[in-house]
Amino acid sequence: MKKFINDPGDVVAQALAGLAAAHPELRVDPDNQLVIRGDAPVRGKAGIVSGGGSGHEPLHGGFVGLGMLDAACAGEVFTSPVPDAILAATRAADGGAGVLHVVKNYTGDVLNFEMAAELAGDEGITVETVLVDDDVAVQDSTWTAGRRGTGATLIVEKVIGALAEEGASLKDVAATGRAVNERSGSFAVALTAATTPAAGQPGFDLPDDEMEVGVGIHGEPGRRRAKVTRASEIATLMVDAILEAKPAQGRAIVLLNGLGGTPLLELYLLYGEVATILAGRNIEIARSLVGNYVTSLDMAGASLTICHADDEILRLWDAPVRTPGLRWGL
Amino acid sequence: MNVEQARAWIAAIAATVEAEAETLTRLDSAIGDGDHGANLKRGFAAVRTALEGFEAHTVGDVLTKTGATLISKVGGASGPLYGSAFRAMGKTLTSPDVTTEQFGDALDAGLAAIRKLGGAQPGDKTMVDAWLPAVAAFRKKGPQAAATAAEEAARATTDLQARKGRASYLGERSIGHQDPGATSTALIFRALA
Repeated sequence: MKKFINDPGDVVAQALAGLAAAHPELRVDPDNQLVIRGDAPVRGKAGIVSGGGSGHEPLHGGFVGLGMLDAACAGEVFTSPVPDAILAATRAADGGAGVLHVVKNYTGDVLNFEMAAELAGDEGITVETVLVDDDVAVQDSTWTAGRRGTGATLIVEKVIGALAEEGASLKDVAATGRAVNERSGSFAVALTAATTPAAGQPGFDLPDDEMEVGVGIHGEPGRRRAKVTRASEIATLMVDAILEAKPAQGRAIVLLNGLGGTPLLELYLLYGEVATILAGRNIEIARSLVGNYVTSLDMAGASLTICHADDEILRLWDAPVRTPGLRWGL
Repeated sequence: MNVEQARAWIAAIAATVEAEAETLTRLDSAIGDGDHGANLKRGFAAVRTALEGFEAHTVGDVLTKTGATLISKVGGASGPLYGSAFRAMGKTLTSPDVTTEQFGDALDAGLAAIRKLGGAQPGDKTMVDAWLPAVAAFRKKGPQAAATAAEEAARATTDLQARKGRASYLGERSIGHQDPGATSTALIFRALA
């Protein structure tokens, strides 16, 4: 393992210290491993809190700021944050109008956020939860933990961040978050495994000529192994999987997301293939985003997210945002 | 079990978790995200610190403190699950010295807490698969039998397909790998024996 670290145990705390140094407009709580909007809590605004294991940067700490999250809690690498930290983030975000938790569907995240929501309720803070479960690679049945939350998390956070900024009620913000999730599907392919600092070696063995199809953002293996093939075929496979699970035509927000170890050259190439395929399926790419947004440390690979958008979602997507990881309209 | 024995049990768990952390992480890398060993090691190290100088009057005090510390330090799924289990056990043991039968009841309460929070059924390839036979064996034959039962059950999870937790995302591909949660449960019962 070759990484820019001092001690595998202190990676998250030291990365947050660096984030604080680079972004003085944000506040960092090192004890609870939180990133907080500088002017939080914003009086009368529904607060938005998200979080999860670290290693997916810029998600979530990089999406704290005007028009997006009020606070984010960073767990250890690939490990959900603890209830105390989520509660501290919830308190920091509460401007009196309640707080929305954006939770990716993983057992650990769900359990810890549930516990934190209960604790916040005991303190008189109203909490609503939006569960993001966009990964269509997972069979959504009562016999599994359900679909994972992946790339759509960014779209949910951006859209509801804008809505909350306009002063919408907690209930409306939550309802919109659920609608965006419902309209979104994602699918990922990995070419290498991620190496967590604690483990020091790749999470799984993947031969040079194989790819992991339907992989999750923690490097947990996916649906199946397959021989690495041309980018055009990989793009087709991703689009087909998403549209089969979330069929729709018309306008869409398309996110082609890098998992951390793939250069933009390849991501743009892959995006070009996706755009061509979508045009043939009567899907108009109304907005697009290409880059590393919901990563998996150093994993080479990409995820595709398609959100079937309406006028309101597009309007909120276009609204101003100022965060380390996403910034426009200002 | 008295207060000192409860402390000794937790210390033994901390030691075995530290020694086996790499094994747990390796098992978790195969079907999860590879953090189970590191998480439990960090959690029980924090428990060890929390119990130093902590004034415990009952067996329950030790276990409740253990549970609360795990919840606030571990994260992931194992933090809330093991944390709630130890807290539930602790709440039932309200005297300085508890009988074997009372401890068996406490183990039952711990298992119930895990099942309530995680929603796993027997056969889902989770820590429940090791807890269930371990508690039953403890009631019939005591701690040594409980440890053996948990170890056998943990090994038997290898042939199961995961239906809860992160391994469930793998579907059939989870078959052939021993469940890390059931394995750490076996460590906890071995430390009791």
